[in-house]
Amino acid sequence: MSGEAFTQALDLAAGLFLLCAVAVLWRRSVRALVRLLAVQGAALGGLIAVLAAHSTDAALAGVALGIGLLKAGIIPWLLGHAVGGHRADAETESLVNVPASLLAAAGLVALAYVVSRPIVALDPSPALQTAPLGVAVFLIGFFVLLTRRRAISQAVGFLLVDNGITAVAFLTVDGVPLVVELGASLDLLLAVLILQVLTTRIRRTFGDTDLDGLRELHD
Amino acid sequence: MDTLLVLLPVAGPVLAAAAAGLLGWRPAVGLAIVGSAVLQALSGAVLAARVLHGPALTGFGGLLRVDALSAFMLLVVGTVGTLAAASVPRYLAEEQAEGRGSENGRRLFAVLLPGFLATMALAVVAGDLGVLWVAIEATTVVTAFLVGHTRSRQALEATWKYVVLGSAGIATAFLGTVLVYFAAVHAGHPTLSWAALSAPGTHLDRGVMRVAVALVLLGFGTKAGLAPMHAWLPDAHSQAPAAVSALMSGVLTSVALYAVLRYLPIASAAVGPGLLRTLLAVAALLSLAVSAALLLAQRDLKRMLAYSTVENMGLLALGAAAGSRLAIGAVLLHVLGHGLTKSSLFLTSGRIHHSEHTTRIEEVTRLLARRPGLGRVWGAGLVALVGLPPSSLFLSEVVILGAAVAAGLVWVAAGAAVLLLLAYVAVARHGTGMLLGGEEDEPAETAPRRDRWADLPGWLGLAGCAGLTAGAWAAVPLLSAAAAVVTGGS
Repeated sequence: MSGEAFTQALDLAAGLFLLCAVAVLWRRSVRALVRLLAVQGAALGGLIAVLAAHSTDAALAGVALGIGLLKAGIIPWLLGHAVGGHRADAETESLVNVPASLLAAAGLVALAYVVSRPIVALDPSPALQTAPLGVAVFLIGFFVLLTRRRAISQAVGFLLVDNGITAVAFLTVDGVPLVVELGASLDLLLAVLILQVLTTRIRRTFGDTDLDGLRELHD
Repeated sequence: MDTLLVLLPVAGPVLAAAAAGLLGWRPAVGLAIVGSAVLQALSGAVLAARVLHGPALTGFGGLLRVDALSAFMLLVVGTVGTLAAASVPRYLAEEQAEGRGSENGRRLFAVLLPGFLATMALAVVAGDLGVLWVAIEATTVVTAFLVGHTRSRQALEATWKYVVLGSAGIATAFLGTVLVYFAAVHAGHPTLSWAALSAPGTHLDRGVMRVAVALVLLGFGTKAGLAPMHAWLPDAHSQAPAAVSALMSGVLTSVALYAVLRYLPIASAAVGPGLLRTLLAVAALLSLAVSAALLLAQRDLKRMLAYSTVENMGLLALGAAAGSRLAIGAVLLHVLGHGLTKSSLFLTSGRIHHSEHTTRIEEVTRLLARRPGLGRVWGAGLVALVGLPPSSLFLSEVVILGAAVAAGLVWVAAGAAVLLLLAYVAVARHGTGMLLGGEEDEPAETAPRRDRWADLPGWLGLAGCAGLTAGAWAAVPLLSAAAAVVTGGS
């Protein structure tokens, strides 16, 4: 892939990637959140595929396919399963309203650029210039994790954090060594499975996956 | 042969877990689990003897690597693991006899507990920062359902917080690891092997490494229970079954701190020692302050033990911040002493919960008079925990504070000493209330003890802690060699 087309494709994928994270702050229905996560997973797979096409790296293309499958297919499917039919379209409650959330997202994106300055400074390659967007998604994920009260929304926040890190890993160094990538993906898959089982148990015990029911442990 | 020896502490528990998966819970499986923990301790000892006077052993092209520090941590995992595993058969038998839980629940418990031991062993024999991260994240995965074993509402809440906060925290450490790799690739050493990264002349980029080091400390600090990332710890450690709390409080937190220790030499070489030490000193003081305040106001005995773990992690972070060879040696001694004491106390707290049907501090009274056996081991444990001699915690606390003063952290050490004193007062007050307090005219229960051996793991842990004081001089060569791994030099 030539320089110009590469940069454009990369920016497109990275833009979509960030847009999904911001949209998570905007949308409140749990089902929509899971769909957004799937789209973001696909964008992430696409991002890695663009990198693979640029460096004509067949192994990396395989990794792109695997990650796309995991993050756009398996994980959203598992989460969707956890949502079930139970009040799936209910609004999820947040401690912060939508305009304030979007404002916070803008702040977090700016913060991501500040924090990533030493990383971007190392190399002027287009992939590296896009890396702050991964950091931004990482930060927005933490924001979702801290401000949402519903179990599934918190899981979505955790997955945003993870997607952000994966993006940074591939934009900076074409991914970490394969053993680590495999281990990390396996750990992630298991963590999501655990979250799925837990949300099912929470719903069975508390009647709903609203974490406001979880207020028994305190000092 | 070397590879086999390095792999043994991981493979042993994995085999025990496989046996539990195939056979379900039964006494023979319990024996296999205890055996696998003993095997970990033994292989730790053999490895320590090998690496003390020789080079580090490696396996799988450097993915696994055992030096004096790894060998020492294996000893800690194995010894505390043995104590905790020894209490499991009784716990599951009582559960079965009282008709709680299910056969499948017990099978899962018997699979996950040795799995937990295996992941901790993998973390300490990993020779690669990536494998280290994968192993520590895997501890969250295997312990999730151990924490939630009782399936009560509280256990469910604790598990949820633990998995979400633990995974998100540890994900932060992964971002840090990725950035270290990025810096390494740029410096022309595409590796995550810490032996290579801490070697002189690696020239990792300063700016990138500053961000990476902060992220790594945030991430592994969450898992170690350092304030302000400790919110999940009191919930998880107080809701888990006693054997699991013993392992999580006694070893897992230390394994996470071990990960931070591994980053110390790399961070020192790349950005100088200042950044990580300042961050560690701040986390140390915060942890000590938070735990002292919440220990004073505590009403639940398992949460009291959990906050005491936060306090001890703060002290360990202070030792790591001091960073001298003496300080790191004392940190390691404290890790072992605290592991033995805390696991003993958590196991005893499980016995108290079982016999008194409560973990509320004010509802447990006159324990020494009513249940002398239980009261004695609980009292002895608390005395050891607050660091009165002959507990080895006394020795390590004094050395850590002294080393912090010597390293120029005078005010931090002074603040830490005051906060430690507050925590001491809190634990002593709660402890005397439980052991001696309460109405005198209450009828003294003389319930026959069903089994005099029930408190044995608790006593063994305390005996180990006291023995450690006497035996510390014998451990000096190993402690010193392990500390040298962190501080550099020989």
